[in-house]
Parts: sequence; C-alpha cells; structure tokens
Amino acid sequence: MQQDGLILELQNGNQRAFERIYELYSESTYGIIYSIVHDEKIAEEILQDVFLKIWNNSSSYNSDKGRFFTWVLNIARNASIDQIRSKSHKNSRKNLTTDNFVDILESGSNFSAKADAIGVKKYINVLKPICKKLIDLLFFKGFTQKETAEELDMPLGTVKTKNRACINKLREMLVE
Amino acid sequence: MDIQEYISSGILELYVYGALTEAESREVTKVLKEHSEIRKEVEEIEVALQKLSSAVAPTYNAEALLASIKQKLSNKSGSGVVHIDRKKSTPWVSYIGWAASLLLLVGLFFLLNDNNELRQQLNSEKARSAKMEQQIADAREDAEKTEELLAVLRDKEVTKIPLQGQNVDPGAFAAVYWNKKENTAYIDAKDLPEPPRGKVYQVWSLKLDPLTPTSIGLLDGYTMDENKIFMLENANESEAFGITLEPQGGSESPTMDQLYVLGAVAAP
Repeated sequence: MQQDGLILELQNGNQRAFERIYELYSESTYGIIYSIVHDEKIAEEILQDVFLKIWNNSSSYNSDKGRFFTWVLNIARNASIDQIRSKSHKNSRKNLTTDNFVDILESGSNFSAKADAIGVKKYINVLKPICKKLIDLLFFKGFTQKETAEELDMPLGTVKTKNRACINKLREMLVE
Repeated sequence: MDIQEYISSGILELYVYGALTEAESREVTKVLKEHSEIRKEVEEIEVALQKLSSAVAPTYNAEALLASIKQKLSNKSGSGVVHIDRKKSTPWVSYIGWAASLLLLVGLFFLLNDNNELRQQLNSEKARSAKMEQQIADAREDAEKTEELLAVLRDKEVTKIPLQGQNVDPGAFAAVYWNKKENTAYIDAKDLPEPPRGKVYQVWSLKLDPLTPTSIGLLDGYTMDENKIFMLENANESEAFGITLEPQGGSESPTMDQLYVLGAVAAP
C-alpha cells in the first residue's frame, strides 16, 4: 500500500525512508527483474542499480503520473531489458524470452521454501493459459495494451477486460 | 460517473502495470483521488501484483543487498563531495584548456598568415628581381645596340640619306644610314606613322634614270621594335631610297600613291 508521506520523505533525502521503501518494494522488484533476466547474480546487480536510481532520481517521481509501485516497476523493467539487450547477455537471451513467471514459479526449488511462493504457485496453475500470458506480457514484460493485443492477436478492448478478469481471479486466490 | 463500471473496465489494472499513456494515467490519478472506492481498488490490485512478483523472486539476502546499496550510495556521496570540489575547479581547468587551444589557434593563424605574407613577399621580391634582371639585360642590350648604332653612324663609310615626307603624310620622316662597303642599310623609321593593321612598310632602292625601284626589304615588326631602326641588306647602286605602305608581305613594285618618304643619295 502506497504511503505518500514515506515517499515524500524519500524525496527529501531521508535515508530511513529509503530503507523502508527497500523493505516494501525490493522483493517484488527483484521478482520482476529475475523474471526478465533469469539469472540470480545479474538480477541482484540490477536490483542494486534500480534502488540506487530510486534514491538518486526520487524527485522525478510525480504522483500525478501514477503509482510509486508503477514508477519502480518501470525502472526495474527498463534496467532489465537494457541488460538482456546488452551484448554480454545475447547468447542466453533466446532462452529468456520463452520463459515467463509461471515457468519460474513451477521450476525453481530454491524459492519453494517461501510461503508466499508456495501459495501463489499453488493457485497460479488454476489461471487460464490466456491469463498467464496476459499477466506475463502486461505486468512482467511491460507491454502496452496495444502491443499485447498484437502479440496475442486479440482486440484491444478484450485485452483490458480479459486481464481484469484474470487479476480478479488472482486476487481471489490470494485472499483465500 | 459509474464507479463500478469504471472499475470493471479493467483500466485500473493497466494503470498499475504502467501500460497506459501518460495522459491516460494522469486522468486515472485524478479520478482515484476523487473516489476512495477506486483508490482502494487500485491498492488491492497493487498488493496482488506485488505478491505475485515477490513469489517469482528467488531467495536472496535482502539485508546484505541493502548494505551493498548503502555502501555504493556513501561511495557515491563521498565521490559526490569530490565531485563538487571538482565541479568548482572544472570550469577553470576547462577554460584554461579552451583558452590555451584558442591561443594556439590564434597563434597558428598568425603564423600561417605571417608565413603566407612572407611567401607572398618572397614571391614578389623574386618577381621584382627577375624584372630587374630583365631590365638590366634589356638596358645592356639597348646600350650595345646604341653603341652599335653609334658605331654605324660614326663609320666613315656610312652615308646618311634623309627621306622627306611625301603627299600622303608630309609630316613623315625617315633616314637611311647606308654602308656601301658592307652593303647594309639602317633604316631609322622613328618618325613614320604607325602602319595600319594588315599593312607593312616596304623599303625601295631606286635608280633614277630610268626610274627603277628594287625592294630591299620590309620593316617587319614595326610596332614591336622600340628604337624603330631596322637593318636591311642593300647591294644596289642606289641613287635614292623610298618607303611605301604595302599590303602584308610586300609588293613586287611600289604603290606610288602610298609613298610616305623619299630621298636621294647625295652625289659623291
């Protein structure tokens, strides 16, 4: 949940606020980064860069433009996409694009110990394949509505309503 | 505005994803600030997505990473102080650099300019020197010619025959310096009018009884010759000399109405 006062303190250069922001957002941010780069070591490097950017560029966040979470999300996705577009990553890139968050949830034993992950994993398979694709593209990969519509060969309006239904399903599962 | 309809449209999910345009996002922000129900919905979507992406994250040492980030931040702010110091001095350093290169450029320009000027001076000196040499050579040649002329004139054997202007141009005048021994005749044609284009002066040796003209030559290159003295061969027993204006290349016999000057050789 967004704490506007906390963000204001961050923007004023309060280091305590920054640490609290890190606690609130680092894991989900790491998840986003990892879902794109698929390499723990690289993901950790990017995560650090993302939080350095959050600290250094906090003044560029404008609450009128959107959620703080969305702002962080954009920084993380852009940094990750930059990384996989860089030469050093080119060789393994093919692999990465085929994987999505569902594959990660289903494959890794390294994070199966996390209670949240177990919970999400348990329910994620209940989601329809189209939901998995929509969430993967729109949320994890940062596609626009139009790009998603083209990618999935789906009318623009359908992307919006279908995605809404998918997120509702996800929310139901998480509340249970 | 139908809040339920707005929520179920799916725009709020896209808003949290960051999949809307900036204008669309601003619009949603405005709406959710006015309607707490919509704001609540957005926060719930956000929580769900945070949980989902957190679930995707591998296990990691969050504290160690934070320490590393803070380390980098303090390094950065440490270097930031240096950076500020550097920033203060940077303009000077860069100005000095710019100034130095500007000076160098100006200097080079002047050197180049100087060099060009010197080269031009040298060239004009060379040209002047060549011109002087030519003038000296010309003067020497002139002097030689003059001496030669003087020698001709002083020669005992030389007879001067003045040629007076005739009807065509009474003001015209010429003289023949005739060395009978060497069979040469120097024609001083200084006071003849410049021949028109395509015409040439022809010199005739004349026998008077009967009147027999014999061509002894053309005053070729009249306009080019500065002293207007021409040397011709004359092996004739001349009793008089005449000069006519003839078409280019000369004529077999003189065109008498174009007789410019005429003079008889004084009897010995």
